[in-house]
Amino acid sequence: MATWTWFHKLGSPPHVYRIAGRFAPWFGWGALLCIVYGLFGGLVLAPPDYQQKDAFRIIYVHAPAAWLSLSCYTTMAVAAFVGLVWRMKIAHAAAAAIAPVGASFAFVCLATGSLWGRPMWGTWWEWDARLTSQLILLFLYLGYMALRSAHDDLQRADRSSAVLAIVGVVNVPIIHYSVYWWNSLHQGATVMKADRPSMPSEMLVPLLVMFLGFTLFQLWVLCTRLRAEILERERNARWLQEQIRDGAR
Amino acid sequence: MNAGERAVPTGMLAAGAATFRRDVVLAFRRPGQMLQPVVFFLIVTTLFPLSLSPQLSQLRDISPGILWVGALLSSLLALESLFRADLEDGTLEQWVISGQPLAVQVLARILAHWTVSGLPLVAAAPLVGASLAVPASAFGTTMLVLGLGTLCLSGLGAAGAALTLGSRRASVLLSLLVLPLAMPILIFGARGVDLAILGEPTRGPVLLLSALTILTLSLTPWAAASAVRISLE
Repeated sequence: MATWTWFHKLGSPPHVYRIAGRFAPWFGWGALLCIVYGLFGGLVLAPPDYQQKDAFRIIYVHAPAAWLSLSCYTTMAVAAFVGLVWRMKIAHAAAAAIAPVGASFAFVCLATGSLWGRPMWGTWWEWDARLTSQLILLFLYLGYMALRSAHDDLQRADRSSAVLAIVGVVNVPIIHYSVYWWNSLHQGATVMKADRPSMPSEMLVPLLVMFLGFTLFQLWVLCTRLRAEILERERNARWLQEQIRDGAR
Repeated sequence: MNAGERAVPTGMLAAGAATFRRDVVLAFRRPGQMLQPVVFFLIVTTLFPLSLSPQLSQLRDISPGILWVGALLSSLLALESLFRADLEDGTLEQWVISGQPLAVQVLARILAHWTVSGLPLVAAAPLVGASLAVPASAFGTTMLVLGLGTLCLSGLGAAGAALTLGSRRASVLLSLLVLPLAMPILIFGARGVDLAILGEPTRGPVLLLSALTILTLSLTPWAAASAVRISLE
């Protein structure tokens, strides 16, 4: 089955270590370019919002962080599933590598949202449905990481946390909708409107570039952290020792 | 044992029923341990009037929340020991090598656990409710949603307890894992009690909670079973 060779190759640590090392600089430089351009475009070039003035500019960090906190969770759950079903150790390493990244982005999203909320709503925290479900997502990440660190045996930690990631991903939509339902009962109109006013392109383009930049940044961090995970897990493997002796990267 | 002389029923359901019966009998032999979550429930719900306000009108507004947070915390108490003793004495290994589907055994364990820890909470609910100024007309719904909610929690908790088998500081970790997942239960359950107190139709939250319970009970036994397998490797 020639079509599946690439998939089987992904199970081999030396191969993945090499591939991740080759792609990492591309992702990294791409992310840097996109983020520099996006920040310049968003913070300097874009006109101030007619209502929120300059305060809206935090969206250039807030929205991409929110998107990444979700995409990291999905990536983590998919990796965990692959690791559990095909017993692929690399997939577990990838899940372990991405969890702290997703948790950090969830935190960044909450923190920037809170900073944004202070001038706009007049409060640091609002029990809004989106904020609440984002907070629960952060708790899910923390639980995942705590479970992983509570096991001394690496394999057991990998597989237990994989089961948790899958249970979590089934629950995320339920939590999401129940929180919306709960919220719509307690307050009338939500503070944040679901349908945003359409943005002029000077505002929108930097935002899209920031999304791309953050995604590339996620991939760069994933590659780098995955390499670090492989180094740690394969520290006794011969291929690694040979590679280090030869001075190859 | 004379049981061997009779024709012992074998099969998935018979094995599950045997596990259920054994768990319930064992629990009833230690009534003190069984009553601990109920006592905890009573004490925790007493703390709220003491810390907030003894005025009945105010208590009525927050009583759904008190009831549910109390029930959630009390059922967490009993969860940590759900599989631990059986891991130590080798019962879990027997489950795995018995050839019966592990998920069915786990489901029997969940149901037994609910019978001995969830049902007492349901029985204590009118007592707590009355002390929090919940009108008697709302007792029925309160007991119904508490019953469904604790059943759902037993399912989630079984997955959590199985995942934390063989880990350090399991009890704190268990709450960290289970509580975020339990938030939908809290939302629907507290809403049901709230509507019942106001005398409004409670069909919506009750049906949603039932759906959630069915979903949880059909999926978590598999998750818990694979977690039990992992802990035995």
